[in-house]
Amino acid sequence: MATASETPHIALTLRDHLPILQVLIPLCTAPLIVLLGDRRVAWGLAFLAAMLSLVVSFLLMMQVMDGSFISYHLGGWAPPIGIEYRIDAANAFVLLLISLTATLVLPFALRSVADEIPARSHTLFYACFTLVLTGLLGVVATGDAFNVFVFLEISSLATYVLVSQGLYRDKRALSAAYDYLIMGTIGATFFVIGIGFLYMTTGTLNMADMAERLVGQGDNRTVQAAFAFIVVGMGLKVAIYPLHLWLPAAYNYAPSAVTVFLAATSTKAAVYVLLRFMFSVFQPEFVFDTNLLLWILAPFALLAMFAASLIAVFQTNFKRMLAYSSIAQIGYMLLGISLFSVTGLSATMVHLFNHGITKAALFMAVGALVLRSGNTFYDRIEGMGRVMPLTGAAVVLGGLSLIGVPGTAGFISKWVLVQAAFEAGLWWIALLIVASSLLAVIYMWRVVEILYLHTPHPEAIHKEAPLSMVIPMWIAAGACVWFGIDTSLTMGAANTAAIGLMGGTDGMALTPTVGGLLGNGH
Amino acid sequence: MTLEFFIGHINYWLFIVLMMTGFYIVVSAGNLVKKVVGLNIFQVAVFMLYISIGKVTGGTAPIFPTDRMGKIKADPEIVYSNPLPHVLILTAIVVGIATTSLALALIVRIREAYNTIEEDDILEIDARTARAENIIHGEAMGGRA
Repeated sequence: MATASETPHIALTLRDHLPILQVLIPLCTAPLIVLLGDRRVAWGLAFLAAMLSLVVSFLLMMQVMDGSFISYHLGGWAPPIGIEYRIDAANAFVLLLISLTATLVLPFALRSVADEIPARSHTLFYACFTLVLTGLLGVVATGDAFNVFVFLEISSLATYVLVSQGLYRDKRALSAAYDYLIMGTIGATFFVIGIGFLYMTTGTLNMADMAERLVGQGDNRTVQAAFAFIVVGMGLKVAIYPLHLWLPAAYNYAPSAVTVFLAATSTKAAVYVLLRFMFSVFQPEFVFDTNLLLWILAPFALLAMFAASLIAVFQTNFKRMLAYSSIAQIGYMLLGISLFSVTGLSATMVHLFNHGITKAALFMAVGALVLRSGNTFYDRIEGMGRVMPLTGAAVVLGGLSLIGVPGTAGFISKWVLVQAAFEAGLWWIALLIVASSLLAVIYMWRVVEILYLHTPHPEAIHKEAPLSMVIPMWIAAGACVWFGIDTSLTMGAANTAAIGLMGGTDGMALTPTVGGLLGNGH
Repeated sequence: MTLEFFIGHINYWLFIVLMMTGFYIVVSAGNLVKKVVGLNIFQVAVFMLYISIGKVTGGTAPIFPTDRMGKIKADPEIVYSNPLPHVLILTAIVVGIATTSLALALIVRIREAYNTIEEDDILEIDARTARAENIIHGEAMGGRA
């Protein structure tokens, strides 16, 4: 093996820097937007950053599809001393979802934001939007525990600002943003306490290194406390059922474009962090044998699936109904985790992606309805499916995927989840999954009935939404169908990710298989 | 648990006391500004935890001695405290300041919109708005909301 002194200098190509570029592009765009201070340029720059992020995350995905991982050393400092960015199938998949959603949301936002937010705030709005994107991508890309906290706060703080921008339509956006801030900060602080405890035990912040040092520490009280703090802290960000109180108001009163982006990405990134800590940093055995997590997580997941769906049935506002439905869908993801098998985790990963695109399509339809009807109370959107045929059809497609009708993306994830339940021998959980899907039929049918079987409200503008909104909406709705038929990308990535996660520490081995050249160059 | 153990871990006890005090204020205070104060105490408690972790028994400030030429003369005999947690906390302090200023800015806007910063009043105003909406939009849908 060649030592560092014998290794010839290896010139780094742009390809080697992809992991950091993923985060750096939106991070640099945000201050640039503020400095240029022009709202037309602001949108263009934000869109450019989102598109470049999408290209980067696609290239990363292609590199790690085979189950290998990329270890990028920031500034050439080798881990565990230096900060490491580590891309494997699990986070490349989430990175792809986040940058894809951002790229879809921005064209949609152009008209929606112009309608809902006064022009003088647009520049800062897009700056905050790119900051949220930076934070979410950073949370997912990094392999350093404290870095997760920093990026988490970057994305959260910018998110609070974005949510509060709904105040021009409804002042309750302000109290929603404030509540979100208080709960989000408590969550992040819990998380950082947990990391502090882990640092006390292991003396390192690198997740892979931490994982190696935590082997056999299952009885350590500090490690157990760290685990509890991290799960509760992240649980607040994920909106695990009893910790979900910030979510309905934040989704409901935020501007439409913000809701699309948040619903599709922010809870998903938090689910990913939860998975990463549970399976890669702590040992899967530690999590499941010593803590009986199945009996803590699964009941909350089931409760979310039923209680939140039931609340959704009785809503009179389309947007609020979808917010409650999101809480229920997070329940499916948690259920996948709690089943503790490769199939269960595949279900979580694939549902994370499929639910992301489904909710993106539905919330974009909400944005289009807001533009034409003023709001999305059921009596205002009556019959709008007839005058907005494209938007109405997108709602139907998204709704089918939400229910899990065969041929849609939602079916794939629920199918895998049911399979996982049978594999675990818990047939009654499989029954409950089907039963809760029936609740989705009820609340989605209600919307479809209102959209199509009534005469349109006289005060609404009887016109299809502009193409800049319809095209992204249909890309998302089309993706719901596409990924319901061709599952090679989603299921392939989810499976590789699940196998990697279930491998526990083995999946986080310190010796990289790809990349990792930065430490050697002289 | 001996007295020595108790006193030896005094910063950790205080961390717990401060953390719970802050957390309690966040949950119980009705005034939005007081909630932010509670949140600050809660965060400061965490700073204390991290700074306590960095202390190494008998350790001195982690600054390497230098000779007159400015070259580092590392002495393996000297025990240093761990500087890393302190650096982390610098970052966390910045995050805390950003959170506080954003929360205060939101409170200013809430006061402009609601004319109050008491949580109970805000909840009541929100509930009244929701009731009005239910009457307008709910009755049309069969009186349900």
